[in-house]
Amino acid sequence: MTTTSATTDTSGTPGPRVAAVGVDAIGPGPRKRRRNYRPTNIIGQVVLWVLLLGMTGLFLYPFVWLIAASLKPRGQVFDNKLIPETFRPENYAEVWDRLPLLSWAGNSILIAVLAAGLVTISSSVVAFGFAYFRFPGRNFLFGIVLATMMLPGAVTLVPQYLIWNELGFVGTNVPLWGANLFGSAFYIFLQRQFFLGLPREIFEAARVDGVGYFGLFWRMALPLAIPSFIIVFIFEFQASWNNLQGPLIYLNFGSVEQFTVPLGISFAMTQFSPTAGGQGDYQLVMVAALLVTLPMLIIFAFAQRYFIEGLATQGRKG
Amino acid sequence: MAVATTSDSGTRRGGKPAATKRRKVESFNKREALAGYLFIAPWVIGFLLFTLGAMVYSLVISFSHYDLATNTATPAGLSNYQLLIDEPKVMLSLGNTLYYAVLAVPLEIIVALALALLLNRVKRGSGFFRTVFYLPKMTPSVATAAVFLLLLNGNRGAINDFLGFFGIDGPQWLVDPAWIKPSIVIMALWTVSGTMIIFLAALKNVPRDLYEVSSIDGAGPIRQFFNITLPMISSAMFFNIIVLTIAALQVFDQAYLLFHRDAVNAAPEASLFYGIYLFQQAFRSFNFGFASAMAWLLFVIIMLISLIQVKLSNRFVYYEGGDRK
Repeated sequence: MTTTSATTDTSGTPGPRVAAVGVDAIGPGPRKRRRNYRPTNIIGQVVLWVLLLGMTGLFLYPFVWLIAASLKPRGQVFDNKLIPETFRPENYAEVWDRLPLLSWAGNSILIAVLAAGLVTISSSVVAFGFAYFRFPGRNFLFGIVLATMMLPGAVTLVPQYLIWNELGFVGTNVPLWGANLFGSAFYIFLQRQFFLGLPREIFEAARVDGVGYFGLFWRMALPLAIPSFIIVFIFEFQASWNNLQGPLIYLNFGSVEQFTVPLGISFAMTQFSPTAGGQGDYQLVMVAALLVTLPMLIIFAFAQRYFIEGLATQGRKG
Repeated sequence: MAVATTSDSGTRRGGKPAATKRRKVESFNKREALAGYLFIAPWVIGFLLFTLGAMVYSLVISFSHYDLATNTATPAGLSNYQLLIDEPKVMLSLGNTLYYAVLAVPLEIIVALALALLLNRVKRGSGFFRTVFYLPKMTPSVATAAVFLLLLNGNRGAINDFLGFFGIDGPQWLVDPAWIKPSIVIMALWTVSGTMIIFLAALKNVPRDLYEVSSIDGAGPIRQFFNITLPMISSAMFFNIIVLTIAALQVFDQAYLLFHRDAVNAAPEASLFYGIYLFQQAFRSFNFGFASAMAWLLFVIIMLISLIQVKLSNRFVYYEGGDRK
């Protein structure tokens, strides 16, 4: 976590001027500044911008298309006009009547909050155990934690289903968050790195002052670990919110009201499918697709830094 | 892994026998050790139950016929594994999946690296562009698939409209078996930003002086790229290749959403990926024994491919400081 500052120095700052000050403050000042204004550099930057703007167009196009399609009447979903010929904002009202979106959203939110909350707490407890306590077998056990990160999910899919089946939880949402009670390898790794970044002396001093082992975690480490909590929480929230396969396995045969949003939309895609069934009300699927994306975009707008830091850290673990 | 455990490495310096070793064992404070075990207990329980237990269970199931109605498994010997060879759909789906991986991984690497290189060079607005490229990563796969289902439409889709603008007659992406995998690759490329961010972080760590020194020596941008940039980011490259390969071998969501939502609808064979077929066998036909055998075959394949990549990486990956792992 200590080296991630390199990736953030240009993101958080609103204006390029501030970033330039940062660079000058570290770098060999005047020489660098002069190079910025060399004509070849300016041309290079313009070319870069043109390329990047082109890529931006390609990356944003599906979003713009999605918004346009969600506002079109039934027959026009297929045309590719980015401004609808006839606007039909009623789609946004109609979708709630045609699909049980509210109960889907309720299920999805409940599951995502439980999954993310539980994994944040359990992983940080375990991570603190690995970071601060010395006990026989610690390195071996942590090696196993790392090894399980490489385990492909497909291998444990069937046995985990059978375990939940034995426990009687298939058809409920418990399997979609239950295993998070026990922590998750990548988050344990992430939070352990964070805890190791805290100076050990403050914990030793607290021990001398008579703070118990649990107090070290609860009173000292937790308050300091909030930033890593946020990373873990939003990562798992996203994973859970977007999860399709889990609900497909555990909820698919219950009532439609029990679905999560991704499972529900997948179900609606079949109902309204333009390829399989002809002219369904596919514009409603578009509205629903937009609505399921929106919460993540809002979270991203507020927590962009954490996503990118989290990923950059992930890259460094190799 | 070795970086962080400095607190112990002091005590384990020597390979000296008995005396030192005993002191090391005794140096663990019993109460502290107990507290440590209590803290990691949740993970240990979860590992024993949902990872190790599940894998052992899976192995047992793969040698049995499982009857869901009565929750009983009857021994089946090697018949599930025999079926891996006898059932042509196993090799078909495996072939589809490997084909997809061979197509997707290099393209994802190239696009992600190209974007990262551009972003690393641009002086203004890199935060803006990075945000834009990252947005697809935030989009749930259902939304992506719902949109691309129409964008990839062969007759009226926007992608063929775009190609038509250059006078190219676009294919029937989702109908023509030859174009089904490229369709899914297009969607994978749209969400390539996670890989890009990791490259970008690696590029930011390449020391600037290397470029300055080499340009004094007369190296052009192309030589600099191959002789400095690539070696310096090789560990990120290695990481990305492994992660993308493992993900590609398990491709599920997009193929399911585009082709296999409907149990009745006969989806084109070219879209039957290993993950899809495994899912169908396990959770549509409830052939848990056969599905478990399939899972183990996938496990072995993924481990083999990762192993080969690790071996190759030992020759090509440069770690800063030499001993970093």
